[in-house]
Amino acid sequence: MFREPLLFESSRPGRAGVPIDDPDVPPVDVARELGAELVRDDVPDFPELGELDVVRHFTRLSQWNYGIDSGFFPLGSCTMKYNPKINEVIARLPGLAGVHPLSAEADIQGVLALACELEAALAEMAGLDRVTLQPAAGAQGEFVGVRMIQAYHRARGDRQRTKVLIPDTAHGTNPASAALNGLEVVEVKSGADGVVHPEALARLCDSHTAALMLTNPNTLGIFESHVEKLAEVVHAAGGLVYLDGANMNALLGVAKPGHMGVDVMHFNLHKTFSTPHGGGGPGAGPVAVRNALAPFLPTPVIRREGDRYRLDDEFPHSIGRVHAWYGNAGIWLRALAYIRTLGAAGLCEVTSRAALNANYILESLRDVYEAPHGRRVMHECVLTDRRQHDFGVTTSDIAKRLMDYGYHPPTIYFPLVVAGALMIEPTECESQETLDGFIETMRAIAREAETEPGLVTGAPTRPIVRRLDEVRAARKPRLRWTRSG
Amino acid sequence: MLARIGVASLEELFEGVPAALRSRAELKLPPALDERALVRFFASHAAENTSVLSSPSFLGGGAYHHFIPAAVDALSSRGEFMTAYTPYQAEISQGTLQMIFEFQTLICQLTGLEVANASLYDGASAVAEASLMAARLTRRDKLAVSAGLHPHWREVLRTYCEGVGVSLEIVPLDASGRTRFDAAPRECAALVVQSPNFLGCIEDLGAAAQAAHAQGALAIAATAEALALALLKSPGELGCDIACGDAQSFGLPVSFGGPYAGFLATREKYVRQLPGRLIGESVDAAGERAFVMTLTTREQHIRREKATSNICTNQGLCALRVTIWLALLGRRGIRRLAEINVASASYARKALTRAGLALPYSAPVFNEFVVRVPGLSGRLERCRAQGIQPGVALARLGDAHADELLVCTTEMNTRAQIDALVRELAA
Repeated sequence: MFREPLLFESSRPGRAGVPIDDPDVPPVDVARELGAELVRDDVPDFPELGELDVVRHFTRLSQWNYGIDSGFFPLGSCTMKYNPKINEVIARLPGLAGVHPLSAEADIQGVLALACELEAALAEMAGLDRVTLQPAAGAQGEFVGVRMIQAYHRARGDRQRTKVLIPDTAHGTNPASAALNGLEVVEVKSGADGVVHPEALARLCDSHTAALMLTNPNTLGIFESHVEKLAEVVHAAGGLVYLDGANMNALLGVAKPGHMGVDVMHFNLHKTFSTPHGGGGPGAGPVAVRNALAPFLPTPVIRREGDRYRLDDEFPHSIGRVHAWYGNAGIWLRALAYIRTLGAAGLCEVTSRAALNANYILESLRDVYEAPHGRRVMHECVLTDRRQHDFGVTTSDIAKRLMDYGYHPPTIYFPLVVAGALMIEPTECESQETLDGFIETMRAIAREAETEPGLVTGAPTRPIVRRLDEVRAARKPRLRWTRSG
Repeated sequence: MLARIGVASLEELFEGVPAALRSRAELKLPPALDERALVRFFASHAAENTSVLSSPSFLGGGAYHHFIPAAVDALSSRGEFMTAYTPYQAEISQGTLQMIFEFQTLICQLTGLEVANASLYDGASAVAEASLMAARLTRRDKLAVSAGLHPHWREVLRTYCEGVGVSLEIVPLDASGRTRFDAAPRECAALVVQSPNFLGCIEDLGAAAQAAHAQGALAIAATAEALALALLKSPGELGCDIACGDAQSFGLPVSFGGPYAGFLATREKYVRQLPGRLIGESVDAAGERAFVMTLTTREQHIRREKATSNICTNQGLCALRVTIWLALLGRRGIRRLAEINVASASYARKALTRAGLALPYSAPVFNEFVVRVPGLSGRLERCRAQGIQPGVALARLGDAHADELLVCTTEMNTRAQIDALVRELAA
């Protein structure tokens, strides 16, 4: 494929993409209207391009990307499932995309009704009582959940609880979210069998424990089989249990976090509920809680009174506002469309098929790639490069070689507790034929590693660029274009 | 497939879940809908809302209705952009990576600063992240926050600051509607000022920077109406250290408040404390120019609890729309659009004044301003009856603004719409 210059390099003086006609109000001299000292002359070097230039530029760039629409995307922990096109149509309905967040209450009844319906559906899946749709992403959901836990303890006069227990298999956002709330992180080691054991947890619990932040199933794809006992241990010490809902795709209709002793959790709508990842966002991270934590929900909350809805920000124990408005509505509307399309039976089938696909891959590859935990997994599995290491081939090489075969690589080097991890999450969306094609390719790469390792360590050769020089990028950061270069 | 796994049924796959925890009953959810029924369901709820796309609106206050060229939707809908992941695998993410590099450059050009991140959730979280960054840089734990900062943004800022023990002190406005920088408290990490501020008044950012620097604080310039950056002297040129805000005006529909795109720009010397994703230029193994995520040791997936922030996404798709929108409008287009906004507000202000209504604040405005309307609630009802969304009654959002209405006029408002608004408010 061809190179594509930056917008600034293609710019030609005088070109414009869209014509802007004169307004029908009288024109003004802005320097006189505002004061010359406030007005800038120009935005130097801002691009000047025709519409067709812009269309071709972004079309070309898109062709250098790999999306779910391009092919199989077994990225563990990220749940790269198909994003139904109808959901895009729904989010763009003029009566939804055109709703201003400060419109009068009477003008937003439809969107509030939809928000309420989604909150109820998420509460049902969580087995918890109340939901806020405000958090703009999973990490903001964690921030909100941890903050509510803090508020809960403080409201009980329990001010010494400054520690959050986080298993070594957790996402990096969990410790960072605890730190953003001024809390101290205590790592919990998982056992050799890949799960957290109540005795190990009990040794770390005391009167300073604010919460346990758990991911279940964990990042090895294994259900935390002692979860009820873990919750008991934390509760007995006076702490609460937070669930990172990143892996809810394994639980829909199978088990409810609320029944496991979880007090607070967040959902990642861009994972479990099919909203597009968009090259890194926007996401949405609704939080569900037990009634005991409801007084601390962020403002505002939606109240239903008869057949009318209103936004209420008059409750004194709230942790306050975390979003300027009521979350990423354009995203949570898509998630509701997904839930309404599938219904209860469809969602349950999502989880069954996701588990079927993950276990199928695991069983089809464990004779050529090391599987660190022998047991059955739920929605994702972890393999390693241990056997390939003997031939000088690493996880990173395997990932890059997959690109040459037209696949997106799995998540690599995560979870951190597994050396050289390849974390594979196929999702429910893929057919057996697609999985067989991927399995065959992974086996081919394992053979290449033995017979022609250079093919793997020199990969990729087929994408638009070869491996990147990341050291150079970080040593002398060049983070924007300038005319002088 | 079951045979290869060695189980007899799908049920067996879940035997790792203790029996006591297995759900026995089906989820209690409304029945599934096929595509036709789904559209009917959403369309019927959509019809219960009032849309700025189908009736005249003068609503602003942090969410702005602007022109979106057709090419923005067409290009941003491409599946290769929409269904891609965070560009960790640079070789097959060059489209997203180059686009964000362009986004970072455009934000630098507009703000007059040297480095911008790949975007944050929204303007409110951008102000919060900017403020926490200033607290880290100065090792101070107090912020001077202009009373002109959007009240919701201020609340979000408070929520973020409470967690790490940073306090807020509010700096009042003067009678003209601008911040009294001389009243800022001492020993602050930063002076946070929004321009145009929540009342629409354009602040003197040069004076803000001087006041901040005089006490060793950083000057943070926030903006909710990013289009003003196309016309007004940039925060960087005026000496501010951090510029942040919401880029929603650049191609994102109002969409009941989200998703939008926060931006955050600063001086190069502060880059190590900048939160969020950054894309840098490098070369590939063949020596060709290529783009890659860089300086990731600031981020949560590497640094965990010692990261500059817990943020782990940017607003990729929103940043894409912003980049396409800015490219389509271009150097002259953004200026022209900004000038039309000023002209519309100027026309509306004159017409309201002629009709006998008072404009309580005298500072210059961009496209938004306050008008005092005696008997406001009755007037609002009249506007509604005419299908007009007349603006934001300030009493809804705070204290002491009885009968004050925040009116926003953009290039989407025709002269006839403005005349109708004046008629209903003043008659």
